Amino acid sequence: MSERPDFSAFPDARGHFGPYGGCFVSETLMGALDELKAMYERLKDDPQFRADFDYDLAHYVGRPSPLYLAERWSKQLGGAKIWLKREDLNHTGAHKVNNTIGQALLAKHMGKPRVIAETGAGQHGVATATVAARLGLKCQVYMGAEDVERQKLNVYRMKLLGAEVIPVTSGSKTLKDAMNEAMRDWVTNVDDTFYIIGTVAGPHPYPQLVRDFQCIIGREAREQSLKQAGQLPDALVACVGGGSNAIGLFHPFLNDESVAMYGVEAAGDGIETGRHAAPLSAGRPGVLHGNRTYLMEDDDGQIIETHSVSAGLDYPGVGPEHAWLKDVGRVQYVGANDTEALAAFRELTQVEGIMPALESAHALAYTRKLAQTMSPEQNIVVNLSGRGDKDILTVAAIDGIEF
Amino acid sequence: MRRIERCFERLSGQNRKALIPFVTAGDPQKDVTVPLMHAMVESGADIIELGVPFSDPMADGPVIQQACERSLAHGTSTRDVLSMVASFRETNSDTPVVLMGYLNPVEVMGYEAFAKAASEAGVDGVLLVDLPPEEALEVKPVMDAAGLDLIFLVAPTTSDARIKLIGEAGSGYLYYVSLKGVTGSASLNVEEVAGRVETIRNLAKLPIGVGFGIKDAESAQAVSRVADGVVVGSALVNQVDKHQNDPAAINQAISDILSAMRTAMDT
Repeated sequence: MSERPDFSAFPDARGHFGPYGGCFVSETLMGALDELKAMYERLKDDPQFRADFDYDLAHYVGRPSPLYLAERWSKQLGGAKIWLKREDLNHTGAHKVNNTIGQALLAKHMGKPRVIAETGAGQHGVATATVAARLGLKCQVYMGAEDVERQKLNVYRMKLLGAEVIPVTSGSKTLKDAMNEAMRDWVTNVDDTFYIIGTVAGPHPYPQLVRDFQCIIGREAREQSLKQAGQLPDALVACVGGGSNAIGLFHPFLNDESVAMYGVEAAGDGIETGRHAAPLSAGRPGVLHGNRTYLMEDDDGQIIETHSVSAGLDYPGVGPEHAWLKDVGRVQYVGANDTEALAAFRELTQVEGIMPALESAHALAYTRKLAQTMSPEQNIVVNLSGRGDKDILTVAAIDGIEF
Repeated sequence: MRRIERCFERLSGQNRKALIPFVTAGDPQKDVTVPLMHAMVESGADIIELGVPFSDPMADGPVIQQACERSLAHGTSTRDVLSMVASFRETNSDTPVVLMGYLNPVEVMGYEAFAKAASEAGVDGVLLVDLPPEEALEVKPVMDAAGLDLIFLVAPTTSDARIKLIGEAGSGYLYYVSLKGVTGSASLNVEEVAGRVETIRNLAKLPIGVGFGIKDAESAQAVSRVADGVVVGSALVNQVDKHQNDPAAINQAISDILSAMRTAMDT
């Protein structure tokens, strides 16, 4: 353990987490990224910027989000005490809003009148449309055509908020293709447009700034654990698609050696079937969307299509900091398949009266296994990254219910 | 002297500019590419840029993305592209060939394995659109050792300091992206291009090829007045799309466009 790096010191000046991260984009975007990097460097420790961000988190988002002891579920499982970090109670219903508030503040400082975003399940799109409405910014959201279909509720929410939703029909018609289109838009409109990336991936400085904005989750969870449980948690669990809710929870604990961490990827139909979205469990390092990270790719370096019941996890890459945390062994990355996630979705709903997002249900599915290997004196904090309202149509369709 | 340098030197001696067509290798299928390369040379091409298909070509517009999809649907691999170059080299040892694509397929093959195979196949230069010089520190010496030019992009948004950096990192030529936007974007402002090319000339020593937005003899001629080379891509790939079931028609359509450009550039 003593050989471990100081995790708070990364990324390095070039935006690298060990061999991962970096800035792999077309030359047209380098100027915009340099500008963003300079602005973020200047503002990140600026007391006024931090005060503005904290004010919005408290009064607009509704933070701090509670740390809730799921007593009945913990007893039923007969193992460790399970605490839910309630990001589902945030304004707009997920952790995504923490980051969009931060990036919208940056956009404002940079004088950009238009924001764009990509979205999978729609939570990031909704959060972006929300902050755009509040600040009076023009907003366009790219979304894979398949995701537009399975997340109709969020598409309508974005439209009500005044955003334009652009369905992307290329490639696999999911999140990665939406990200390609958003990058193309940004290249074309780089003068007046701020690209609000929704996860801890993409070119430097995005993985860093999205992480920094999401770290509020882990900072609160740390403080709340000490106060409510009287100790640091023994384990943290969070789902990992791009990995923003997970890094937000994990990062403030990375230097706490006693805290075990588990990132749960979408195992889809099962890792062994090849139909999944688990690059850390079954991929290898490569370069996509501006960063070097673990990817799902074929032997020729072509990105392969992913599958998950959860649109928000259906991405063939992952944030570069996670890639590094895997390699250095600080976080263990595991999988939960569609069936397990759906079972956890139903179980939490019925035992605790809390309906989790299908993304978060992956983390819960692993938590229920992990808890049973631990004792009632031990504590697990699991990030309930979002609420499940948006997934009701998906679950209903699986149940054969039509409205 | 490397083939690309020799090519620009010869053209410069003749007071002519390089015509640099781009097509995606293996589009619409593998056996179309080599005859098309020969046809392009006969119509006046000086350097050929061959696109290595990638599943997520995010710096390219829909025309090139669809070309990648067609090519990949027929299973074109990076090694297939290298075989096409080797086959082209059986009868053409003069025309430089530049592979243009994205980093991931190269990285998966391994930098050294790729450089060795590309050099043996007769490739002269490599342009990886998502590889800026800052991230090329490992790739550059490997390409150098294999005798391959590493070609970088310069954009309208590139600062003077970065132009200098790119000029020092690159070899062969600089590819000036004449527009903000992706390949196949709309209109070209020749005066603006002329101004930028002038700036680049003062900051970097390499020949300058200009691409993006060149679609006919007129725009090729206008750009050839200010740059050392004219790159034409989407306008050609559109023809591949249009005639995808008839390879002879593809060759004819592309040859017609290039011949007209050649004539306009030389007058």
